[in-house]
Amino acid sequence: MNPANYVLLSALLFSIGAIGVLVRRNAIIVFMSVELMLNAANLAFVAFARMNGNLDGQVVAFFVMVVAAAEVVVGLAIIVTIFRTRRSASIDEPNLLKY
Amino acid sequence: MTGGEVGTGEAIVFWVSGTLAVIGALGMVISRKAVHSALFIALTMVNLAILYVANAAPFLGMVQIIVYTGAVMMLFLFVLMVVGVDSSDSLIETIKGQRVAGLLLGIGFSILLVAGIGNGLMETSSVGLDAANAAQGGNVEGLAALMFGPYLIAFEVTAALLITAAMGAMILTHRERWMPRRTQRELSQERFASGGHPGQLPPPGVYARHNAVDTPALLPDGSTSDLSIPEPLRAREDVRDVDQADIEEVRQLSAGSSSTEGEDR
Amino acid sequence: MTEIIPAEGIFGLLWVLIALPAAGAVILLFGGRRTNSWGPYLGVLTVVGSAVLGVLMLLAMMDQPAEERTVIQNVYDWVFVGSFQASFALQLDQLSMVFVLLITIVGALIHIYSLGYMSHDPDRRKFFGYLNLFVAAMLILVLANNYLLLYVGWEGVGLASYLLIGFWQQKPTAAAAAKKAFIINRVGDVGLSLAIMLIFVTFGSITFQDVFGQASEASEGTLTAIGLLLLLAAAGKSAQFPLQAWLLDAMEGPTPVSALIHAATMVTAGVYLIARSNAIYDAAAWAATAVVVVGLITIFMGAIIGSAKDDIKKSLAGSTMSQIGYMVFAAGLGPIGYVFAIFHLLTHGVFKAGLFLGAGSVMHGMNDNVNMRRYGALKGVMVITFITFMAGYLAIIGIPPFSGFWSKDEIIHAAFERNWVIGAAAILAAGITGFYMTRMIAMTFFGKKRWEDDAHPHESPAVMTIPLIILAIGSTFLGMALLFWGNIEEWLEPVVGYESVPTPLPTFFYIVVTLVVVIIGAIIGWVMYARKDVPVEAPRGNALTRAARQDLYGDAVNDLLVVEPTYRTAQALTTFDTKAVDGFVNWTATFVGDLARRLRRSQSGFARSYALSMVGGALIVALALILVRL
Repeated sequence: MNPANYVLLSALLFSIGAIGVLVRRNAIIVFMSVELMLNAANLAFVAFARMNGNLDGQVVAFFVMVVAAAEVVVGLAIIVTIFRTRRSASIDEPNLLKY
Repeated sequence: MTGGEVGTGEAIVFWVSGTLAVIGALGMVISRKAVHSALFIALTMVNLAILYVANAAPFLGMVQIIVYTGAVMMLFLFVLMVVGVDSSDSLIETIKGQRVAGLLLGIGFSILLVAGIGNGLMETSSVGLDAANAAQGGNVEGLAALMFGPYLIAFEVTAALLITAAMGAMILTHRERWMPRRTQRELSQERFASGGHPGQLPPPGVYARHNAVDTPALLPDGSTSDLSIPEPLRAREDVRDVDQADIEEVRQLSAGSSSTEGEDR
Repeated sequence: MTEIIPAEGIFGLLWVLIALPAAGAVILLFGGRRTNSWGPYLGVLTVVGSAVLGVLMLLAMMDQPAEERTVIQNVYDWVFVGSFQASFALQLDQLSMVFVLLITIVGALIHIYSLGYMSHDPDRRKFFGYLNLFVAAMLILVLANNYLLLYVGWEGVGLASYLLIGFWQQKPTAAAAAKKAFIINRVGDVGLSLAIMLIFVTFGSITFQDVFGQASEASEGTLTAIGLLLLLAAAGKSAQFPLQAWLLDAMEGPTPVSALIHAATMVTAGVYLIARSNAIYDAAAWAATAVVVVGLITIFMGAIIGSAKDDIKKSLAGSTMSQIGYMVFAAGLGPIGYVFAIFHLLTHGVFKAGLFLGAGSVMHGMNDNVNMRRYGALKGVMVITFITFMAGYLAIIGIPPFSGFWSKDEIIHAAFERNWVIGAAAILAAGITGFYMTRMIAMTFFGKKRWEDDAHPHESPAVMTIPLIILAIGSTFLGMALLFWGNIEEWLEPVVGYESVPTPLPTFFYIVVTLVVVIIGAIIGWVMYARKDVPVEAPRGNALTRAARQDLYGDAVNDLLVVEPTYRTAQALTTFDTKAVDGFVNWTATFVGDLARRLRRSQSGFARSYALSMVGGALIVALALILVRL
């Protein structure tokens, strides 16, 4: 088996995450799909680190994890705040950018 | 499981974990209830941690489980509790053509990526991380050497980012208290003032001698509580009679326990 | 050839001739109301000063031998661009000397007359400022030593004419007349600019000395073109056919203006130009012929128009047009005629100014009424005016020994030296001149009173009659003085050249025939207007009379050929601008608006739609990247 299979798996997970962002209406599920995309990227980094023989990919994956964690914190805080005022967690609800 | 080439064991791990990861991802996208989605993605993340370990990144795999699955997904679940675990998405799409377009684009994107990767990466060889891991005396030491060496600035900046994120979350979710906090006394007074039932409805089996649904519970004075029978059974008059011996026992218990009323709670 | 003497002695003050009236103009026009009280007197003094200087320079010039009478004074190095050089340099020779005297002396007399004529006008300080401006510009014109400086003077007199015709600017007719004069003049000015350009290209210089020295070396085609362009300029300035329509309207200006500018001096600038450029016309026979034809047509046009006008000033204007036609006609005859063109210019300047000032005096006495049908029997009431007017009358119709006789007969004689047909035409025109001038004096001074009820005709004050008397003396004696005592032919010959060709019949014959024709014309005029009663309402008249009242349809032709097409073009362009240009611009705006309205709908506000477009975009970018590498 080819180590590149990991990258293929990562691509597949990434696409599934993208579809999730597009078709789900619940804000938290959309957020989870974004997390899935980040994880897929992490997998790709780790696979590349293994393929190239140095640990840079793993370091980057580590930083991605940190940043994703921070992003989750702030993102969920925003969702909670919006939920408090609108009492709905649908991302179709705040459409103030409408013409 | 280190080294450049993929051995048989690793191949098996890959196929099993990979398949489970994909199933988890699909499950997350398709689930109706939000909690189910959270659990599915937790499954995916655990499988990804296994794959990390298979790729000679044990530290990362552990961090994935501890931080990602353990902290981040739990955070998601907490927010789901705030938002409402019962809430489920209606699966009817309100934006016209969004679902079709989304599916098409997503599938197209995947085909593109797969084609690109397949074209580029299939002939490459893999070096493996034996040497890199051994260079500093272990995977963690190797990562540390890189992180506090060339990637030091990124490390510091990411630390600042974390602090900022934490502060941001605190500020965003802070709710200013405009009125003094209502004490427990005030809360219970409100509860009773409206005239509704003061406490929880008695579940079936309070002072119950039986745990059957159609057997009413006994109140302290020996009378039966109709409220402990579910509505449909009450409506059908499908209520069983209570044993007299049980009623006597209850009366005794309540008479005896009247002096010790306050302690139980 | 003539030598150039340096500008020493009295000639060193050549620039002062121009500087005095120029300073007067500046002080009066920029000084404002502070100069109102003494302004007019300053205006008079500057021109009188220039006149005195001019006379002194004449005396000095007469002391010089005939070959050494050209003075050139370089005042200022003006335009020096590559090979194009034009200095502000003044050339005083015999030709410009006579013009200087005419302009300053007649100008001074008219300035003095204006003190009386404009005494009731609140803007008279401005009037004198403009008059001084005119005198300065006209002096630049005749004293220039190169074509560019001449053009400066040319434009300057055009400007002064505009300002003075429209002096009573609150009258719409005056403003329109000023505009008309300026615009028609402009057409002529185009001719002059093109001529100067062509001269520079051909000769490499525009100084008179250089151009006339090399005139014979250029090709005849080029010289003909230059000559025709200069003729166009002269026709514009001198109101010759086809640019004559403005002169009659120019009578809207005050009478001193009509006298000075549109009789004596500005309208003669065209004749000066042709006479000065004699070297070019001598070498281009076709251009000279064109000059003769234009002059001849204008002689008859002016005479016919003047015969039918009831407005005394307009009748005199027609007469001016005709007399200048004589001058242009003579100038076109070549060396046999240049001298007499200038001679007639000088005598005409004096007697026509006298006639105009006399008309002004009559108008002053008749409450500014110009209609001759309302005059009649004024000879007893305004005696000095009557006598001076008669002097001018006899001069213009050419009765010996008055000045006009000598100059006009020389022209007729020169015409016969060339060709008996044009000579006969000139004699006929002289007869018509006799007719219309007799008509004028008959209607004005003789016959029965036809005054309006509020008219109290009286003689004008001395400040107005003294210039009349001086000009009448000139009308009487100037001709003989210039011909016999001044030897005008010899005087001008070094500059313009003079020839005399023998005529088939003796000179005496032509004089007699001319006199007879003139007297017949005068008798006809007398009989029609002094013997018969002049109706107060103008009778319908025959077709020629009606045509003459309409200026021989000159305005109608201009309207048809120039005004209407220009108007239509302007309207077409405006419509194009509004419909096509504006329409296009507005269409662009509405198009953008419509497009925006349609595109706006893509902003649905749904985050998922935006995410969809983001994924789509990422897809395209990834596709591009991958395809490039495949």
